[in-house]
Amino acid sequence: MSAGVNPSRDFDAVVIGSGPGGSAAALALIEAGWSVLLVEKGRNHLIDADDPSRLLGDYSNDEIKFVSRHFLGPDPFLEPRTFRTSEAEGDRAYVGEVNSIPTTVGGGGVHADGKTPRFLEEDFRLLSERGPIDGATLADWPFGYEEMEPYYAEAERLIGVAGEAGSNPFAAPRSGPFPMPPGAPMYVATLTTAAAERIGLHPYPAPTAANSVPYDGRPACNNCGFCAFFGCPIHAKGDPVAMLQRALASGRCRLEAETFASRILVRNGRATGVELIGPDGAARTESARAVVVAAGAFETPRLLLLSGFQSDWIGRNVMFHFQTFVVGATPRPIHGHRGRAVTHLHDDHLIADPASQRAAKEAGLPWIRGGMVEHGAAGHPILEAKIHSWGPGHKDAMRDSSMRARMVALTMQGEDLPQAGNRVDLDPLIRDVRGVPVARTTYQPHRHELAASAHYSKQLVELLEVTGVDWTMVATSPWPGMPYSGGAISPIPASRHVMGTVRMADGPSGGSCDQWGRMFEAPNVLIADSSPFPTGSGYGPTLTLVALALRNARALASAGA
Amino acid sequence: MPVFFSDRQYEIVRAVCARLIPTDADAGASEAGVVDYIDTFLGAFSFDPPRIWAGGPFSGRRGGAASFGAFTPLSALDELAWRTRIEGSRGRPEREFNGPVIGLQERYLEGLARLGEDFVDLDGEGQDDRLRSVAEFTDLVYEHACEGMYGPPEYGGNRDLVGWRYIGFEGDVQPAGYTDAEVSQP
Repeated sequence: MSAGVNPSRDFDAVVIGSGPGGSAAALALIEAGWSVLLVEKGRNHLIDADDPSRLLGDYSNDEIKFVSRHFLGPDPFLEPRTFRTSEAEGDRAYVGEVNSIPTTVGGGGVHADGKTPRFLEEDFRLLSERGPIDGATLADWPFGYEEMEPYYAEAERLIGVAGEAGSNPFAAPRSGPFPMPPGAPMYVATLTTAAAERIGLHPYPAPTAANSVPYDGRPACNNCGFCAFFGCPIHAKGDPVAMLQRALASGRCRLEAETFASRILVRNGRATGVELIGPDGAARTESARAVVVAAGAFETPRLLLLSGFQSDWIGRNVMFHFQTFVVGATPRPIHGHRGRAVTHLHDDHLIADPASQRAAKEAGLPWIRGGMVEHGAAGHPILEAKIHSWGPGHKDAMRDSSMRARMVALTMQGEDLPQAGNRVDLDPLIRDVRGVPVARTTYQPHRHELAASAHYSKQLVELLEVTGVDWTMVATSPWPGMPYSGGAISPIPASRHVMGTVRMADGPSGGSCDQWGRMFEAPNVLIADSSPFPTGSGYGPTLTLVALALRNARALASAGA
Repeated sequence: MPVFFSDRQYEIVRAVCARLIPTDADAGASEAGVVDYIDTFLGAFSFDPPRIWAGGPFSGRRGGAASFGAFTPLSALDELAWRTRIEGSRGRPEREFNGPVIGLQERYLEGLARLGEDFVDLDGEGQDDRLRSVAEFTDLVYEHACEGMYGPPEYGGNRDLVGWRYIGFEGDVQPAGYTDAEVSQP
């Protein structure tokens, strides 16, 4: 078919994006009896679309392929993004890689190390609980944790989350245990969690969507250590392959990779279909009763803007998590390259206490809030080698390995307040390989994030000192004032936690979509990723966006679109 | 036989890499064949499939059938991206949708010209001075030298795993992985 030819209505819904959100929405629609065309602009290295019981063998323990050569996409030449901290920098200050979440079948679920915590009750009503902050567009979510709990439980069963109920004293109430017990603790975490307890913190096994025992037909994780930023060679990570396998096995879901959605067609307040560009470059139109957009919080607003949606909220309030890295070197190697990349967290810095209230007051803020802290270690040797210098000292530095074999790394995923001026829109000049305007991000942190990072980093330095390290160093992402790059030390956030650009609200004056993820301008367009989040919490967004996608896709199906 | 460099260029790049990651009591870039990694990358399209992404899931070093050596076929868009990155845009409109791109091959040839034909004849300190005088090019070669020294050997470098051995890195370990005790114990 080509554009202009009368399209056949082969599918009830077109789902755009095959990551955790799109896969969960597709599965919920399939289970409600719908047929689904699932399109993904990246390549398929995950699953045999014709025999979904067969998973592909393209992922590997290969630092060149996954870290140096963009195997999971997006390739920043084919699909650049642009960035500036403010309009004062002109149309853009940087072109290239901006917070790239994989563009491939499976999306962000492929490269993540599978940390899947639930949000706290407070995360759904931050404005009510903590109060407003000047310059921040804080808002409560339209519903509370109680509404989400059953969907959280379902999402955990679906993707297979290993964890230990009751181990985190700050966690919201659960209706049942985790589907699997936690996996093996990394040695480094046995050191840092002991130190954390000594200074009054509350570490616990990180809820992780990597199998600790055989689950759902896939094997247990064997601790290879090529986890964050790598696809799993043995498919022990359940997100989102579990949803895709079920959806494709129904026979009513067709997966088309290397297929780009260039426009949602809307007439009289209803989506009628989608314009697609296939692997051969040919355009076609696919009509449907409903369109589900799950392209991630950059690409989803980009597609809505390309499609002529008008809500002024689209693209605004982009949030990333303000990451604080506190690293140090232990006296002896701690083999942080073995295991699930991160096996423990603590949540203490999400909880208001007298010290944080004092720090907020000193900074002239009503309150500050940090985020979960990941107890982790360093990466692989190419990464370390590029940190060290060339020449006679290179090999001694690599043998000493202060930046890898001896490195302990704490990462706080800090609450990043929504701000209306932080936004994703269309770059006026830069195009992708198909000639389509790319997403431009205008972003700088609120001074809340800087104050929270400064305050909590002191506690994290203390934690490392109690652990026993030779030195400590603090870094952040974003790092205002540093030279632009696509790496971690840059004014461009590198979190891979992108949220907030199609805000949900009770009405169109407060957001772009309703509490069921449906666009006010076209209610048969469902947003099924982290774009609807009004606030971003201090936890990775994956489990929450999967739970939300299940809830909202089911509601869409029962409403009949 | 190099696939991209001339024999003379190959010798110069080899000498450069020997200064960047020297040989001491342990093997360095020379023994690891880092120059072959770089030559293979710049000449990736001399092979079919191009030597961009090694295969998967296993290398065979820790069990399973060896499959890294069967490189992953590229899609048309992948090929466009990697040819442009390596060869440059060369005035072709399909490679210049955001303007001209200088390719890695050109950057290497220009950098080698600036480094001088006499580079291999200098003593170590003279070579280092010369490298510092073309810092941007040296940084580029160093980035690739790190990949060639510490990446999987299927890309042409890290011969006999010398890059991993001297730092005590186990490399790729699937499908064997590590036991829980190897993860949790000192």
